Amino acid sequence: MALNDQMIENEQAETSTPKQPTPVATPTAPAAKRPLGAFGRFMRNGKAVFGLSILLAFTLVGIFAPVIAPGNPSAFVARPNQPPSREHWFGTTGQGQDVFKQTVWGTRISLGVGFAVGFLVTLFGLVIGMTAGYFGGRVDDILSLITNIVLVIPGLPLLVTIAAFLPPGPITIMLVLSFTSWAWNARVFRSQTLSLREKDFVSASLVSGESSAYIIFREILPNMTSLVAAAYLSSTLYGIGAQAGLEFLGLGNVSLVSWGTLLYWAGNNAGLLTGAWWTFVPAGLCIALVAFALAMVNYAMDEITNPRLRAEKETARVLKESSLRNSRATPVIRQATPSAE
Amino acid sequence: MSVRNLSVNYLTPRGPVRAVENVSFSVAPGEVFGLAGESGSGKSTIAHAIMRLLHPPAVITGGEVYFNGEDLLDMDDDELRQFRWRDMSIVFQSAMNSLNPVMTVGDQIIDAITAHIKLSRKEARDRAAFLLDLVGIDPQRLNAYPHQLSGGMRQRVVIAIALALNPQMMIMDEPTTALDVVVQREILQQIEELREKMGFSILFITHDLSLMVEFSTRIGIMYAGEIVEMAPSAELFSNPLHPYTRGLMNSFPSLTGPKVKLTGIPGAPPDMVAPPSGCRFHPRCSQVQQMHTEVVPRLREISPGHFVACHLY
Amino acid sequence: MKYVLRRLGFYLIAAWVSLTLNFFLPRAMPGDPATAIFARFQGRMRPEEIQALREAYGLSDGPLIEQYFTYMSHAMRGDFGISISQFPVPVTQVIGTGLVWTLLLGSVALLISFLLGNLLGVVAAWRRGGKLDSILPPVLTFVGSFPYFWLAMVALFFLAFRLGWFPLRHAYSDRLAPTFSWEFIKSVLHHLVLPAGTIVLVSIGGWMLGMRNNMIAILSEDYVNMAEAKGLSQNRVMFNYAARNALLPSITALGMSIGFILSGQILTEVVFSYPGLGYMFFKAVGNLDYPLLQGLFLMLTFAVLGANLIIDLLYVRLDPRVRAH
Repeated sequence: MALNDQMIENEQAETSTPKQPTPVATPTAPAAKRPLGAFGRFMRNGKAVFGLSILLAFTLVGIFAPVIAPGNPSAFVARPNQPPSREHWFGTTGQGQDVFKQTVWGTRISLGVGFAVGFLVTLFGLVIGMTAGYFGGRVDDILSLITNIVLVIPGLPLLVTIAAFLPPGPITIMLVLSFTSWAWNARVFRSQTLSLREKDFVSASLVSGESSAYIIFREILPNMTSLVAAAYLSSTLYGIGAQAGLEFLGLGNVSLVSWGTLLYWAGNNAGLLTGAWWTFVPAGLCIALVAFALAMVNYAMDEITNPRLRAEKETARVLKESSLRNSRATPVIRQATPSAE
Repeated sequence: MSVRNLSVNYLTPRGPVRAVENVSFSVAPGEVFGLAGESGSGKSTIAHAIMRLLHPPAVITGGEVYFNGEDLLDMDDDELRQFRWRDMSIVFQSAMNSLNPVMTVGDQIIDAITAHIKLSRKEARDRAAFLLDLVGIDPQRLNAYPHQLSGGMRQRVVIAIALALNPQMMIMDEPTTALDVVVQREILQQIEELREKMGFSILFITHDLSLMVEFSTRIGIMYAGEIVEMAPSAELFSNPLHPYTRGLMNSFPSLTGPKVKLTGIPGAPPDMVAPPSGCRFHPRCSQVQQMHTEVVPRLREISPGHFVACHLY
Repeated sequence: MKYVLRRLGFYLIAAWVSLTLNFFLPRAMPGDPATAIFARFQGRMRPEEIQALREAYGLSDGPLIEQYFTYMSHAMRGDFGISISQFPVPVTQVIGTGLVWTLLLGSVALLISFLLGNLLGVVAAWRRGGKLDSILPPVLTFVGSFPYFWLAMVALFFLAFRLGWFPLRHAYSDRLAPTFSWEFIKSVLHHLVLPAGTIVLVSIGGWMLGMRNNMIAILSEDYVNMAEAKGLSQNRVMFNYAARNALLPSITALGMSIGFILSGQILTEVVFSYPGLGYMFFKAVGNLDYPLLQGLFLMLTFAVLGANLIIDLLYVRLDPRVRAH
């Protein structure tokens, strides 16, 4: 209800600027004071810590692969389709390779391409979205039409078709993914830019004669940081998953080691049908864990920056404490009124 | 209706916000009781609390609300559901937001009726048409969607819905704030006509004091969750006692008469998690004394029908 | 009405873009596209047939513009050339058989996950802090993090291979012929469970969370409050006032995710060897059957565009505010 939101928002606005006197007119300087406080809250949020630790762990595994699993992961080491044992922690593949080594080394390409795709997709989306949102008019019409078309054409078929004509490998995958998947981000950034453009502080800058570049980079962009960060996380998540999908279909370089190609070989060698579950379970679990971690961090960020979500948590906590959940009417919890002094 | 010692808290991470503290007042049949105060003074909270429409984290922490002899705060869900709309209805602040955008206006009137009375579809529709006519809208518009009506018409529709079951009392929470001045007048006149015709009482909530003085029989002034003054409107207008009321009266420029310096009230509304001790107005009062900061003033009758909660009297 | 026409126009433009993209793709390959494609046909077709095929591809000798128009005219007539891997069956015929299965799997999975997911979301939001609300969202989010095809592999392995509860591949038993007999239908349903189930499991979380968040936002709207104040029953408020409005953004999200859903379905079909367009697509890639590949790309794209149009029409039906314009 409007009243609750207003009161909670008011009250939280007070907590975040404790040392300043109540400003009379509020020149909107939104981002400046928040980051430090928000960062602290971020670090204390369970989901964020969980997600970041997992991401960090995998990154370290990728970097230190030669230390953790020394040797060539593609080397033939034992009989094929051996179950997990002391020598081969995750067993062997249908071609006699060590699954553990492959999974560890596969982290490099899978994460590397994933993060790169996330970065590029966010970048392209940002450039196109902000241009469309800021300049409006014809520029916006054309860019929006392009964006919507790219958005509506189904991703995987397009990716597969394009990739089929190009030499297979992680670079191809990275390029193809980046050039086809920016549309969602572009939409999001465009609408945010549009709404920010209408705000007073932008009008103030325009009136004082600042150039478009200045306004875009120094005024609008800083206010989109949480959105950009969220977009980067989602795009990386998408990049890792889509990459795995393409590789599974055989479009990656199947002689290189990544989680997706691992799954390709598992499928191809009918590892499923010989009972060798260890050939595909670890890689999939890794993908899922990384994806889940990214989603958690994203959700945590959303919780922190969105006052409504914070209020929801409070509400949920209060509801848990009282037992009145099923009724929607205002609960009556009579307390001894503090006697008038 | 009689409200006695009503208290409402909002639970927040910083602690409970004491939005309404020990408020008592009553509304006699057929009268218009105006509740005035700044934003955040608690008046809207009271309106919603009476009908138990507040949602967590709001909690009613004390008091009773008597209507026809029953305490609304003691009712269970079924009794509440029956009571709502049949005996008391409410008109929210923003008519556009009060109407379901995907249902026709007619259906929204009809489902209020059929939730309480067994009528055939045709009979319900006829009553809905009658109600629209009553508020001055062409009954043909029963099939219209809310977005197809103008702001003033939407407000009338909401009033029509409120009248659907001929309630004894209507709560009106800032019914005209979102409208322009001309339409405001029309709506209020309409409401007044309907009231005379149908005899319901009104709890009228607004921050616009000038509007209220014309319209209400009695007025209660709220500050920081408490009622600080209560009197018949003419009396309040001519003889405001509480410094806050005085301040409010002075902040309205009059169209006629000599040019007077416009004074506001210095300071800002208090933090409701930790409101000022004693009299909650004391930080902003020009006549504050030591005792005022320690002892909470009680609402006392100074002259017949005129109540004030202030140590100066 | 104008809204629908605008959307239709947009989809037509998108379709045209896909056709044009399809035209230029073979030419993006290093080397002469014609050689690469037709090298596979050597010795299997008569020269006139090859020439006809070249024309279908617009790969005649002539200026690019001329090639383009030749290609477009063939496309308009539904002539997408001949499949290499299933020579001499024309591409359109090959696609026809796959379309049915993809539509079956897709609609069943989508309907179940969308309806069930949204329903769960409505109930979860209504009973905030209740068991449904605290347990399901994190669990379903975790399950939704798994790549479609991996979950399919797990399901195939444990439920079909190890436990033998479900068949390992295809849309119906290899021993049956497609008829409208009850036995055939039973077989089809039996083969549907795992593929559809995998898709539902991965995607239901998204619908539930989305709907739940929509509902939470809607539940703080004044008209929901008003509905409660009117003394309406809980069910009526929950469904006719809250859910009905929260459904709108869900439907919009549905439209935007059709492409994504299809991508997931392609992968699922591959794992289960389910003979839909996705599985054909995969085989075409493996066989480097370019004509079929491109034909499938177009078919899949058109399917998505068509689905989007249907959803737009549905949205107009549900939101009176759009109808006015």
